[in-house]
Amino acid sequence: MASLAQPVVRRRMSQTNRNTINGVLFAMPWLIGLLVFWIYPTIASAYYSFTKFNAIQSPEWIGFSNYIQLFTADDNFWLAVYNTAYFAIISIPLAIIVSFGLAMMLNAKIRFQTVYRTIYFLPTLVPEIALSLVWVYLFTPGSGLVNVPFDWLGIKGPCWLTCPAWSRPTIILLALWIVGQQIILYLAGLQDVPQDLYDAADVDGANALHKFRHVTVPIMTPVVFFHLVTSVIGALQFFTVPYIMTGGTGFPAGSLLFYSIYLYKNAFQYFNMGYASAMAWLLFMVALLVTLVIFRSARMWVFYAGGENK
Amino acid sequence: MAITTDKALANASAARGRLIQKRIRGAIRSVFIHTSLIPIAFVFMLPFLWMLSTSLKTDQQLFTYPPEWIPNPFNWANYPNTVTYITFFLYLRNTLIIAVSATFGALLSCSLVAYSLARIPWPGRNFLFILTVATLMLPFQVTLIPLFLVFKNIGWVGDFRPLIVPHFFGSALYIFLLRQFFMSIPMELSEAARMDGANEFRIYWSVILPLAKAALATVAIFEFIARWRDYLGPLIYLSNQKLYVLSLGLYEYSSQYGREWGLLMAASVLITLPIILLFFFLQKTFVQGIALTGIKG
Repeated sequence: MASLAQPVVRRRMSQTNRNTINGVLFAMPWLIGLLVFWIYPTIASAYYSFTKFNAIQSPEWIGFSNYIQLFTADDNFWLAVYNTAYFAIISIPLAIIVSFGLAMMLNAKIRFQTVYRTIYFLPTLVPEIALSLVWVYLFTPGSGLVNVPFDWLGIKGPCWLTCPAWSRPTIILLALWIVGQQIILYLAGLQDVPQDLYDAADVDGANALHKFRHVTVPIMTPVVFFHLVTSVIGALQFFTVPYIMTGGTGFPAGSLLFYSIYLYKNAFQYFNMGYASAMAWLLFMVALLVTLVIFRSARMWVFYAGGENK
Repeated sequence: MAITTDKALANASAARGRLIQKRIRGAIRSVFIHTSLIPIAFVFMLPFLWMLSTSLKTDQQLFTYPPEWIPNPFNWANYPNTVTYITFFLYLRNTLIIAVSATFGALLSCSLVAYSLARIPWPGRNFLFILTVATLMLPFQVTLIPLFLVFKNIGWVGDFRPLIVPHFFGSALYIFLLRQFFMSIPMELSEAARMDGANEFRIYWSVILPLAKAALATVAIFEFIARWRDYLGPLIYLSNQKLYVLSLGLYEYSSQYGREWGLLMAASVLITLPIILLFFFLQKTFVQGIALTGIKG
């Protein structure tokens, strides 16, 4: 008996070992990548945030000075925080509604479906720099198209990008143009809604609104969840569009000075690497906190078809 | 007999009635959808149409107010001029080198890692997966400066390596997508291949990858478009003009004297067209690829 069981046990052992070796080998690129491109930089930036560092001389330890200065003596920092929070809080719900809604329509079996999908994806394909410059052009009153309809009506149009009162809402509006990837996510999610649920709802005499409310929305909540989490990070990182639109200045009157732009300026224009690292870590903390809150809230509103929360 | 036939007939006509009703309702619905989609489609096309229109205008035509949609006459000269105003083809070559290598690297590394996470049971893989998802939550600003300094210290700043090499070491989003997809492939397939004496790499290469074409295509397109459009990376790492990519080249149309709008927009159209075509022909694969990977967890 023992002599029979022996080889089996040894083989199973070696299979486990082989799995571990294979698992680590296959994951090796990412194990190295995680260490070199994520873990090390994250720790290094935490260290830099406590130093005065211009990237040429070696960093000089100054304790919490960077953080203290950010919180107590830097108006631009608070302006950037305000602008970014304003952008995130308004644009994220709007983006969810717009991309979900458009995906619903683009999922319908209609003619020219492919053409429509391509058109809605179009702004997402245009290089951000070209797109941003076109937007500046279109949304400059007096030369761009934006106020032509107002001229027809004989009303003086808004000042859009050129004055602080309008610039923030305008850039939120513009950001809604680049929801192509989100539309694709919702479209993909909609492929998974089981047809028999709709059929069952039909039998129960549900109308379109009921079906949307009680079938589509619950099944789609995981996609909304994914979108919500990624767009929080996305909004906090909002950089290229406002950077190009304002030529990196955040004009008018600093109303488009987003957190990432101010951070970039500190790091690569003023070479305050330590100060910029402190900003990056504060951003990280906020992102982490918001994400945790969203994850916590998930069990109240995210519905998993399998019945288990992953 | 007669009664049953009558009944059957009545049933049939009722069914036809329902069918017609359904058709009419379907037609009304599609008219409704088209009438909402068309105006919004126009809004979404607006930036591109404006790009196209501006790319065909001379400087004089640019500054008429109200602006005209269809330039009269078409100034086609912007197109041949724009490819010489900046070294367009050199930048195109640079962009392609970076985008193609990075895409290749991402496909290779992410599929290997995803395979490990999805199909090899080993201690620590769940922890690695959590860590992977966690990096999705890390703003790029946190790693930006130390990475820049690392590349600076090893002398890579100024060439393509910082823009290519990291992509050979995995990327959380793609690993996540591919893992979800690989998990949906029945384990029996691997078992059968193992019985036939295939080793793990062989199973990955000849069993799993061929089944994952849609998911791999999705990752490839995402990565290619991302690199094609990337601005911040080249902005930070490239300083030698000979190595510039298209997104940086677009900046050369602006100077202290103003902006060469016509030429800039012509270049923008040229840059955008290839990816529009790519998307148009591949969008089905796209949607399917993501649907199959099951973002829903």
